[in-house]
Formats: sequence, structure tokens, C-alpha cells
Amino acid sequence: MNELALGAFRDRTNQAPPARPSGEAGSLFQRDRSVQPPAYAPGYKTSVLRSPRNALLSLESSLSELTGPVFGHNEIGPLDNDLIRNYAKTGDPIGERIIVHGRVLDESGRAVPGALVEFWQANAGGRYRHKKDTYLAPIDPNFGGCGRTLTLEDGSYAFRTVKPGPYPWRNYVNSWRPAHIHLSIFGTSFGQRLITQMYFEGDPLIRICPIVNTIPDQDAIDRLIAPLDLNASAPLDTLAYRFDIVLRGQRSTLFENRKEGN
Amino acid sequence: MSIATAAQTIGPYWHLLDDPALADLTRFGATGERIELVGTVRDGDGELVTDGCIELWQPSPAADDVFPGFGRCATDAHGRFRFITLKPGPVPGRGNTLQAPHLAINILARGILTRLYTRAYFEGEPLNAADPLLGLIEDPARRATLIARPVGLATWQMDIRLQGNDETVFIEV
Repeated sequence: MNELALGAFRDRTNQAPPARPSGEAGSLFQRDRSVQPPAYAPGYKTSVLRSPRNALLSLESSLSELTGPVFGHNEIGPLDNDLIRNYAKTGDPIGERIIVHGRVLDESGRAVPGALVEFWQANAGGRYRHKKDTYLAPIDPNFGGCGRTLTLEDGSYAFRTVKPGPYPWRNYVNSWRPAHIHLSIFGTSFGQRLITQMYFEGDPLIRICPIVNTIPDQDAIDRLIAPLDLNASAPLDTLAYRFDIVLRGQRSTLFENRKEGN
Repeated sequence: MSIATAAQTIGPYWHLLDDPALADLTRFGATGERIELVGTVRDGDGELVTDGCIELWQPSPAADDVFPGFGRCATDAHGRFRFITLKPGPVPGRGNTLQAPHLAINILARGILTRLYTRAYFEGEPLNAADPLLGLIEDPARRATLIARPVGLATWQMDIRLQGNDETVFIEV
């Protein structure tokens, strides 16, 4: 993205979704638990009663896990990847204007085209447009905080928004969430389903966040922190952050142990 | 090789995404054996999980223009979810096995760091006895946590217990 990023961001809204192979793919790579948070992470108190005590049942993935929903452009509105405009009533929302962009890849480094990426976030003051959020920062009448897009043939995605603010929450007496954007990604199979959060380079709240610190591996944490990407920013307009997403790998053929071959 | 991105919780505010229409997989006019899947989600203390996101996927019947195969439903103030869909048929398993009809289920919520995955089978289905996954679970009480029971003409119920004596069997995929 070395052209004016804002242009690239605008152009992609009208592109057709890439063709996607229908359904079938091979078995999923073994999940690397050392870079994933455990279910039970007492520093994040809500996990204590919401984590299973029994071991997960291991299953060689089958059709239900190796296939997944396919989303088309008819489900994506023209402003769905523009959180600056998709809820605007009387003007633009308050806040630092940013572009978030990156690629969705799998563990083999292959692009994942046609992946639905959904995102939601607090406004620039750290307040969600949600009835359960009672933080004293005000609602922004021009900011909804939610959108979606599909990755292109090269796995790339981009959306425009304002940088969310940090906010306090009830874990320890004085716990604050670092600025973050929630992301939900559907790959080609239900077994690749990923929900994560993206943080921002340089935020001092990251290292003391109980939710971030459920991840047992510092490199894995660092990969959730999007660096500033000045080359993708739009001069005099919008800064950019880059966030690449890696879904689980999947072998290329279904049921490779099938006797008659593929 | 790249390393998979770490998961994080869906949090309490995911409803910004929520579209209640997604809980009805027949909304585009799909025809077939229409069923309801209902259930209640509880935590380790038996408390209702009222901020959960339940997702459903089924490869059978095959997704097409009128049947998305995918659904999403928020748990309500009573911890309940409700999907309307088409009853799935059997699907091939590994080797030459046949899997009993089932729905694939994701459970996401505040406090759940990596999505929990399970399945809903159907009580009384003859193929259950030979299902490769159900056959892995020796304890009948544990196996029963994956089997929806009929509670009406076309309504099936499978409650989800995140933790505790009747904890649902969750599956590693």
C-alpha cells in the first residue's frame, strides 16, 4: 500500500469478492497452545467461572470443522468499512482519524481471500455505543463503532475509523483496557474461526492489561500490537496502523488418507 | 511458516455486531425439515450467561443462495439462545465412516479467551450409536451433554454448561 492509502481504501469498497473454492479443504494444523491464552486465567477474573475444567476432547477435524460459511458482497454495505462515515449524523466523529489495514494469512503464509472481517470498538473517549457501557465518557453522536469487510484476492483488508480511547473496567480496582479494536475473522473453515483484539504501538496500558497478559508468550502479545505505518497514511488526513492476522493452517486436500486418492 | 494470531475474548460489547436475523437460517425461504434449537448457557456457579454469542454452522443440508448454513444468536436475559434452521442429515467422516446428523456450535463470551467449540446431536437418531465423535466419550452422562432432546414438535433443546458437574463436552479442533 504505497499509493495514497486513503485512495486504496476507497477503491476497494466496490471490488467484487474473490472466487473461493467451495467448501473442501484438508485437515487443520495442530493448534499451538503455547501462543494462545488458556481457558482458565485467574488474572482475568471473569475467566474463572467460564472455563471448562475437563480436558477438551481431541477430534480429527471432519467436514463440520473443515468447511465454513461463505460470505458475499451482498452482505456488505458500501460504508461498512468506514466507521468515520457509517454512523455520521451531523459531521465526522471526534478523534484521531486512522486506517487499519493488513492481510489475513494462514500458517503456511497463504493469503485467505474472501474472509469476513468484522470489527467493533469504543469511541475516541473510550465509550462503546452499548447499553451496558456506563463509563462517564460521552457517547459520540456520529460514531457507531462497528463495521465489516471481505478480504481481497491477496488476503488484504482495510478500514477507516477513529482511534479508540482506553477505558476503566472492573477487574482489579484500577484496571484499564488499553486502546483496542475487536476483530472477528471467518476463514475458509469453521475450525479457523478467530476472535481477537488489536492494540496500538506505544500504549503503556498494554503491559499491565490482565486480558493481554492471559497470553503466555511475549512474541504472541507483540503480534497483537499494530505498528504505526506511516507509508500507508494519508498526508494531512489520516494515520495508518498495520495489523496482519494469521489463521490456522490447513492442508490443501480433504481426507488425504482416503485410499482412492484425491 | 507463520504463527497463528492469539485469540482474545469477544468481550461484553460484541452486540454492536449483532443482527438478530442471523439466528433464523430459514429467513431466505429455505425449505426442508424446519427445526428450532434452543438452550440455556450457565457458568461454573450455575449463573446464567446473558452476554454470550452462540454461532452455528452445518455442512448439511449444503449451503446455497437460500440456506446460509451459518447462524449467530445472542443469549438473552435468561441465558437462552434460539436458532431456527433445517435438520441436518448425516455427513461423511474420516475414512469410510458416517457421522450422525449434528450442528457445529461455537460459544463466545466475556471471560472466554479462545472460543469454545462443541456439537449438538439429536436424541433418538439411530446413527448416534456409530458416530465417531460420540464413540470417543465413554461416560454416558458426558456424552449426553452433546445430545439435544426434543421438547416440542420440532424444537430441540441442548443446554450448555461452561463448567461444573454437568459441564458440556468441548472439542479441540
